[in-house]
Amino acid sequence: MKILVAIKRVVDFNVKIRVKPDRSGVDVADAKMSMNPFDEIAVEEAVRLKEAGTASEIVVVSCGVAQCQEVLRTALALGADRAILVQSDEELQPLAVAKLLKALVDRERPQLVILGKQAIDDDSNQTGQMLAALAGMPQATFASKLDIADGRATVVREVDGGLETIAVTLPAVVTTDLRLNEPRYVKLPNIMKAKSKPLAVFSTAELGVDVAPRLETISVSEPARRSAGVRLPDVKTLVEKLKLEAKVL
Amino acid sequence: MAILVLAEHDNRTLHPATLNAVAAAQRIGGDVHLLVAGHGAGAVAGAAARVSGVARVLHADAPQLADALAENLAAQVLAVAGRYGHILAPATATGKNVLPRVAATLDVAQISEIVAVLDADTFQRPIYAGNALATVRSADAVKVATVRMTAFDPVAPEGGHASVESIPAAADAGLSRFVSRETTRLERPELTSARIVVSGGRGLGSGGNFAELLEPLADKLGAALGASRAAVDAGYVPNDYQIGQTGKIVAPQLYIAVGISGAIQHLAGMKDAKVIVAINKDPEAPIFSVADYGLVGDLFTLVPELVAALG
Ligand SMILES: Cc1cc2nc3c(=O)[nH]c(=O)nc-3n(C[C@H](O)[C@H](O)[C@H](O)COP(=O)(O)OP(=O)(O)OC[C@H]3O[C@@H](n4cnc5c(N)ncnc54)[C@H](O)[C@@H]3O)c2cc1C
Repeated sequence: MKILVAIKRVVDFNVKIRVKPDRSGVDVADAKMSMNPFDEIAVEEAVRLKEAGTASEIVVVSCGVAQCQEVLRTALALGADRAILVQSDEELQPLAVAKLLKALVDRERPQLVILGKQAIDDDSNQTGQMLAALAGMPQATFASKLDIADGRATVVREVDGGLETIAVTLPAVVTTDLRLNEPRYVKLPNIMKAKSKPLAVFSTAELGVDVAPRLETISVSEPARRSAGVRLPDVKTLVEKLKLEAKVL
Repeated sequence: MAILVLAEHDNRTLHPATLNAVAAAQRIGGDVHLLVAGHGAGAVAGAAARVSGVARVLHADAPQLADALAENLAAQVLAVAGRYGHILAPATATGKNVLPRVAATLDVAQISEIVAVLDADTFQRPIYAGNALATVRSADAVKVATVRMTAFDPVAPEGGHASVESIPAAADAGLSRFVSRETTRLERPELTSARIVVSGGRGLGSGGNFAELLEPLADKLGAALGASRAAVDAGYVPNDYQIGQTGKIVAPQLYIAVGISGAIQHLAGMKDAKVIVAINKDPEAPIFSVADYGLVGDLFTLVPELVAALG
């Protein structure tokens, strides 16, 4: 079974971002970049399926600027077999990425596509679902447990009321939630080995996809900032404040 | 053109998140229709027809719609999509699961978690865990968007007199099957609509402590219980307690954070609370930078004291 894993290069989750003074966007020029945390979980799950003998090959894909090669190399070091970069300097919105991935699904014919449930930069939570729709595949989003058997994926999903289990026929799209697994750390020798693994580069035109953005960003602003309040000496004062000042009790 | 809102429900009751999504639809302007797709969900369709400001309810009823499977529910929305210029759903687990499928099939973008409607094409949405707000304009023929519940005051659940139109159910796509559900029993107010939320973090140290300390406090206050990711990951409480960038978004009148450090991913889910109280032994904890009232000290003594002081 072949698994395709889609990964995104994003501003590291530890970075405190700043809105540009001209409100044209977020200043990411010097920010530390990393693999989207949910996508690390996606790579880890694929590697575990390969280690278990369920998967035979793992192909990782990233869509974006040339530097996305860095996160692809990380995924190769974690255990992916080969990588594909769909290189573009344009802003790629979720629908465009889903179409690029659909074009690669047509070429690669994976039985399983694993993506993170959301990217921590645009927080869209769309790409996996969109890919599933375009490829005519079932989807199992927000996965916290994944079992593959008999041409089916049985997936425990994190939903608002708790957990839900569904079974989907393969090929299918799965998106990861935080508790699916705990990703391993990259080992130094594997980083060296990853350098010799194949990495193919496509342009969006080669895949025949129009990636023109559908949403125009008019401005980006800072949300109203909360200011720190007061430290109180004791519980008694807190209760008084909540009753008399804040009037929430 | 009219606006379609996908109703959230469990075949028995209409989920209040629907009322916030209807409120967002009203800001856009135009007739608001609610789609109730389910099985044996006649009571939900009835409740939907009474929602203030709803002009029409579309009701599809079939076994394949019983469990909100994405493939079948998206097909149901798509079956009527041609009549609408806007398609909205509350940004619940169901809405987030289904709506991108609808958007992609229509070849349009989705605008996720809108927090403001500027005009029929222009919306505001949070990015980077809510640390920035983007104003985006859609050039697509149909606007598909999920609605952040906390950003729109709900419309009244009663007072409307919409007509209910039965529509044919979309066929079973046959790609997915519901197996089981493990729902957390709710003896308390629902987290996303509660007036008061008591929330615990890793500082609680165990599931036993979480229950022993925070349940009496929540009981006293009639509050919902929430948690940080660390508390959920450690197994103190179930996953649906998680508040934050990738969990639930809450905006109660009062949020009491106990043993939570205040990582940006957590703040993303609660910083719109009206009043925030933090109880933490670390005076440098970032939670204090957003808290209206802070108590620095050991939660194991402060929380029982608070319960006692509430009388
Ligand atoms: C992709 C991604 C998504 C994430 N999404 C979320 C999310 O949705 N929600 C979320 O919450 N987190 C999320 N996180 C995790 C987040 O970064 C933090 O790790 C998490 O919020 C920390 O939880 P915590 O505050 O309970 O634990 P900690 O940071 O360990 O804080 C524990 C706090 O308890 C205090 N404490 C300990 N003992 C006591 C005591 N006896 N008395 C008083 N205080 C005490 C400590 O001083 C400390 O401040 C996400 C992270 C990533 C990478």
